[in-house]
Parts: sequence; C-alpha cells; structure tokens
Amino acid sequence: MAKRIDVSGLSAYYGSHKAIDDISMTVEPRSVTAFIGPSGCGKSTFLRTLNRMHEVTPGGRVEGKVMLDAENLYGSGVDPVAVRRTVGMVFQRPNPFPTMSIFDNVAAGLRLNGSYKKTELKDIVEKSLKGANLWNEVKDRLNKPGSGLSGGQQQRLCIARAIAVEPQVLLMDEPCSALDPISTLAIEDLIGELKERFTIVIVTHNMQQAARVSDRTAFFNLAAVGQPGKLIEIDETERIFSNPSVQATEDYISGRFG
Amino acid sequence: MSVMTDRRPVADGGNPLPVSLKQARLPRWATPALALVAAGAGCGIGLGAGLDSTVQWGLIAALLFILGTFALAAGVEGARQAKDRLATCLVWVCFLLAVVPLASLLWETVARGSKVLDGYFLSHSMGTLPDAMPGGGIYHAIIGTLEQVGLAALIAAPVGLLTAIYLVEYGRGRLAKAVTFFVDVMTGIPSIVAGLFVLSVWILILGFGPSGFAGSMALAILMMPVVVRSTEEMLKLVPNELREASLALGVPKWRTILKVVLPTSIGGITTGVMLAIARITGETAPVLLLVWGAKTINNNPFEDAQQSLPLYVFQQWQQGSDASYDRAWAAALVLIAFVMILNLVARGIARWKAPKTNR
Repeated sequence: MAKRIDVSGLSAYYGSHKAIDDISMTVEPRSVTAFIGPSGCGKSTFLRTLNRMHEVTPGGRVEGKVMLDAENLYGSGVDPVAVRRTVGMVFQRPNPFPTMSIFDNVAAGLRLNGSYKKTELKDIVEKSLKGANLWNEVKDRLNKPGSGLSGGQQQRLCIARAIAVEPQVLLMDEPCSALDPISTLAIEDLIGELKERFTIVIVTHNMQQAARVSDRTAFFNLAAVGQPGKLIEIDETERIFSNPSVQATEDYISGRFG
Repeated sequence: MSVMTDRRPVADGGNPLPVSLKQARLPRWATPALALVAAGAGCGIGLGAGLDSTVQWGLIAALLFILGTFALAAGVEGARQAKDRLATCLVWVCFLLAVVPLASLLWETVARGSKVLDGYFLSHSMGTLPDAMPGGGIYHAIIGTLEQVGLAALIAAPVGLLTAIYLVEYGRGRLAKAVTFFVDVMTGIPSIVAGLFVLSVWILILGFGPSGFAGSMALAILMMPVVVRSTEEMLKLVPNELREASLALGVPKWRTILKVVLPTSIGGITTGVMLAIARITGETAPVLLLVWGAKTINNNPFEDAQQSLPLYVFQQWQQGSDASYDRAWAAALVLIAFVMILNLVARGIARWKAPKTNR
C-alpha cells in the first residue's frame, strides 16, 4: 500500500514570491526520508506541496510534477481532497479537535468522509491507537476530550488520526519539535514501526533525529534570505552524515554553517 | 577596574542601590481606615458648606480618599508605590462610576415596576380598558415582542452567520472588502432609519399594512451586522491548525467548516446571536413606525398592528395617568428581565459548548 513519490521540476510560490525552486527527487516506498536544512529554506513548503496543502495558503501555487506511482498529483482533474486522503499529514504542533473526544478525534477522518458502522469504527480506532502506541494509555478514557492529554500523547493521537484513514504516504512536519525527549523517543520508535506500512517523509531540525530515524536524507538550503530554497542533495542518510558530496551539507551538519 | 566589581551602593553615586529588599509598607488596615476618614470628611464638608446633594458629598469623599491615599503612600512607601495605589484607586472609581447608574436603574425599575407586576398583568391584554384606569396587562405586548424578535432572528441569524462564514473562510479580494465595509456601515444605521426604510418600501411602495413582520424586517436589518461582526470574530479565533488538520485528513472544505470550525466556535457564536437579539428587543422606533401598537391580542405577526414591550412602555408613559405610569414601569421591568434572561442563557450555552479540557 505504500507508494513511491517522484518529484520533478517542482517550484512553489506564495503570491509572486518563489519559495522553492526546481526541486526533483524520489521518495522510496516503505522507507523514511528526512528533510533537513536551515529555517526558511522551504522544507515545510515542499512537504506541503506533496499533499496539495500548499494551495490552502492564500496565494499559494505550484509548478511542476509530483508523481505518486503513476499519477500526477497536479494533473488536471485531480481532486485535492482525494490526494489528501492518500497522503496524510502530521503537523508541528499537536492539534487534536478540541470539541471531540479521543475516540472521535481518531474517527474524525473517517466519520467526516462518510458513514461507518459503530463497530467498524471501534475496530479502526483501536487499531489506529495501537498503531500509534497510545492504546494502553487511553483505552479507559476514550470519551474524554483529546485536548486533555499531554503534548506527547496529543501528538501520537494526531498520528493515530492520520493513519486511521489508511493513507499511502505519511508526511510529518517537525512532529517532535514541541515535545520532550521521552515523548520524542516514543514517536521515533513509532516512526520505525510505521515505515513497514507507509512511505514516511519527515521534516526535522534535529540532526540526530534525522540520523536515527531516516533511511535517506535530503538537505535543503537557500542562497540568501528572500531567495527561493533549493534541494542541495539527497542520499543515503549514512552517506549524508559521514561523507556528503557537497561541502555546504557537511558545513551544515557539522555546525560550521554561516 | 575595581569600581566595576564593587556593587555595593556608594554614597556619592547618583542613585544608591537599596541595600535591603524590604521596604516600608502601609499596614493593611490603612486603606479601609482612610476610606472611613474620607467618607466622614466628605460628609462633614458637605454639611458644613450646606451642599444638599449627597452626590456631591460622595464626590468630595472619593477625591479626598484618592488624594489621601496618594499622599500617604508617597510619604511612607515611596513614589512608585504611590503611583501604583493611585492607579488602583482610579480603576476602582471608574468601575464604581460605571456600576452606579446600572444599579440605580435596576433598583428604580424593580421598585416601581413590581407594584402592578403579577400573574394577571402578565396574562391579560389592555383590551377595552381606558388608559386612566388601573388594571390591564402586557400579554399582547409579550406575544408581539416574542414574535417580532423571533422572526427578526430567523431572518438575520442565518444571513449573518453565512455572511461571516463567507468573509472568514472564503472571502478574498474586492468583494470581501466591500462586504466588510457595508457591514460596518450597517452597524451604524440608526434604528429610526431602518424603520423608515422598511416603511417606504414595504408600506408606502408595496402597499402592505402595518404588521409585526414589517417590524421584524427593520429589526433584522439592525441585527444582521451585529451577528456578522461577532460571528466573524469568533470564527477568526479558531486556530488555522484545526482547519489544516481536517483538510489534511482529506475532509472537504465545506465539511471542515461544518464539522470542525463551527463546533469549535459555536459557544461564542450563540452568545453573539443572543446579544444581538437582546439589543433589538429594546428597539422602539421601527416598531412605532411599522407595527403601530395595539391594545388587544394579535397572534398573527403577518397581519394588522401588534404591540411590543418597548412600544407599550412608550405609549403607557405618553398617557400620563398614574395607572399607566405603573404599567409602563412594570413592562420596563419585564423587558429588562427578558434581556437579562437572554444574556444568562447565552452565557450558559457558551459555557456548555466551550471546548472542554478536563482530563
């Protein structure tokens, strides 16, 4: 069920401002690809172009192709809503729906998209919460509001919510940056398990995290403030962190940047 | 540079640093004691100078209290503490100034209005009773107000809500700016103008007679911008992350608005609508122009003149007899109670619907 993503010649704009320039890369199925790079270099923007969330921002538009297996996400007649059901997303800050219980939060994606039987939903919710390593912590209080959980639990709830709709690809935008080290570890372990089933792309500012969880790493950079961000290189994580082919990557990773 | 490392105060330096963190403080009883002294002095000055208004006594006492606090604090505690106390005093005085008219209005209305307010008054109309006679009631006015305000809310709430949703969720560019501008203009429309507008279109041009519905239309015009404004503010408070979270799950935009954005803000939106209803409940001018007022019960808001509470108060006051004054006060009390109940219900709904965070 995991799919390969093939990006070619992708540029994204906010109004007239070009945020990322001519990016081409391949994201392998059933693996974790990490995006690293300085703030403002377009990692998040690029991530959001992969499930057409970029165009939700006023003025956001995209040029180029994103192939999900054989289908172009930006082809004519493609429904962004259908794209987002196939390519799920987890955000930087945990954002459970405040009006819904834990159960309803996980079931939200299914329930808002169609009608399901109660028993069917129960199974999916349990499976998703187990998949997000949260089941044991919340199984006795599924009807309590999701916003009452701790930050780390909320983030895992959001992951459960995202995997409940059975996407092919899971995009994660700095999923651990608001969490403490223990919750971060829980999420990293989870990513390791999830990659058996999903294609995972993760944006992170934490170099160790990229080294720990990812199979491949892409380094983004920008020439100067106000310039569009570019993909510098993408390679096996091991290679990027030991022997990158571009000097800028080594500078950034070893902290000699700027 | 031994001077830099020596952080103790130097006698000849500009501002010697305080050696201790402790400072002289006024004792706790100082403020109430000062208030008592100021009140006594205010009364004394008032009596001595022969001022007959107790309001003047109060003002003198308040002024003495503020000046006394400032002077005392400046002497004992220092300039910063004195300013702090002065600001605190001013805040309290302003609060009291705002509450006094409200409390006295409530007191006056309750005292005068409770005289004839009883079950009979609430359940009977004026009928054929002469205005100078005691008796009669406001049943017809309550029916009229409920129907007119209800119809107005039925028109204005959906239109206002949808306008706000358009402005916040969809509106971009010139059209949205124009709508915002006109909503702002509409907020400032005097109620008499709204009444005259409906009068000229509905009654003079289209030739309909006076009716509760005609009044509802004018009230709806007044209510709509208030609903738009308050709903807009509430929708803007919904964090964008929630919308994105829902969109990223593959939920279409309209369902996101319906199932995520609106439930999150429904408490605030209901409060806004309730407050808008409370605001139009007291409108007299459009009702006077369009509903005309009646002495008997008319349950049909679409035909013939009706009565409404504020108009009833106005008309009874105009009659000028003792009995009609009593009725006017009682009706005013009912009107205030009605608005207050609406407010309480709005607060209750807001609290009940607010996103819960308990574990």
